[in-house]
Amino acid sequence: MKNRSLVSIDDFSTEEILKILHLTAEFEKEPIQKLLEGKVIATLFFEPSTRTRLSFESAISRLGGKIVGFSDASSTSVSKGETLNDTIRTVSNYCDLIVMRHPIEGSARFASEISSVPIINAGDGANQHPSQTLLDLYSIKKTQGRLEDLNIFLVGDLKYGRTVHSLMMAMSHWNATFNFISPEELKMPEEYKIYLDNAGLKYYEHTDFTDIISKADIIYMTRVQRERFSDPIEYEKVKNVYVLRNSMLKNTKASMRILHPLPRVNEIHIDVDANPKAYYFEQALNGVYTRQAILCSLLGIK
Amino acid sequence: MKEGIIMKEPKQLSVSAIQNGTVIDHVPANNLFKVIQILGLDRIDNQITFGTNLESKKLGRKAIIKISGIYFEDEDINRIALVAPAAKLNIIKDYEVVEKRVVEVPDHITGIAKCMNPKCITNFEAVTTKFKVVSKKNVALKCHYCEKITTQENLQII
Repeated sequence: MKNRSLVSIDDFSTEEILKILHLTAEFEKEPIQKLLEGKVIATLFFEPSTRTRLSFESAISRLGGKIVGFSDASSTSVSKGETLNDTIRTVSNYCDLIVMRHPIEGSARFASEISSVPIINAGDGANQHPSQTLLDLYSIKKTQGRLEDLNIFLVGDLKYGRTVHSLMMAMSHWNATFNFISPEELKMPEEYKIYLDNAGLKYYEHTDFTDIISKADIIYMTRVQRERFSDPIEYEKVKNVYVLRNSMLKNTKASMRILHPLPRVNEIHIDVDANPKAYYFEQALNGVYTRQAILCSLLGIK
Repeated sequence: MKEGIIMKEPKQLSVSAIQNGTVIDHVPANNLFKVIQILGLDRIDNQITFGTNLESKKLGRKAIIKISGIYFEDEDINRIALVAPAAKLNIIKDYEVVEKRVVEVPDHITGIAKCMNPKCITNFEAVTTKFKVVSKKNVALKCHYCEKITTQENLQII
């Protein structure tokens, strides 16, 4: 994987994904390894994303690398009208790898074609965010002991949720069964269902999950946002249906775990946090190890 | 000058035959200039004649292009498939049609089409568009950059 970029989860074969997950486990055992000593990593955040940036910067710091970059494009030459082309060609002279987040879709693919150093896409608009998908896969594998034959519940905004689309595509390599739980307005788009049909995978659609929750191996929660609804009354009707509460978890499997890409607003009630099935904060910690693994793979260090 | 003398013999649109070259027939009339642009016919010195708004049972109004001294590779001619899917090519040698060909939508398209996603990088910076053709019948193009699908109805030629 040396000198490759990571733009989309599809850029990695299943073997390569498994290699990253294996490396992630190594970093979890031994997070402080000075493998990036003498390396400079640029973190270019053309739009703010505190959580993702801190996770990457923590991963780089634990590996002993130095960070250059910005967390908000308004204080940079971009605000003077510099093109992405010029920014990337310039910054790739200053560093060994670029982590970038940009609001324009396809920007990371374009950057990877003009950059002399590898690019990690830390989110390009509504398109891809592959390090999130890899950390989700790691969290699933770690908590379930396997990736094969799991029943994955995807809950909330399945129409616009980039995270759930990428996770669903990735999990389709391991014979997953999917349960989609969403309001009518935010259903899984047709193109993804066609993809699953072609892959011969089972999926079920629901508007409420209380009756079927006992089947879940993983419940992946996302936020149902008010601004996604054309009719505010529809939002008022459904907003409480997609809130996970501790009382709903009684009949769930002992091994079941709840994931969430964070930030959470109210879709998981805080009374769930104390339940051992709540895994979202550990999931965020796994993100640091996963990013250590990605950085070292792309730089050819591991 | 007396009127009528000029019109004595009814005039007909005639596009002269070519000795060697290619005739592209069944081009939708409204896409004639797009075909010319895609094939770069506006930038070559060969003799070219074209007729447009000709009657056609199939297309309503069609256009025809005759290019002297040029034979196209499949790869090049297939680039017009997005705007002239029913185009037929007659390969002319010594005034005779020696071969007839149809165009086929290629697997990949570079340039030519615009990505319909207003948030795609190709609509912000000087990036040549690139698509994978995911459906040929009802043309659907998947953008190499933003990964969104542009369908036939939304297809715009650059």
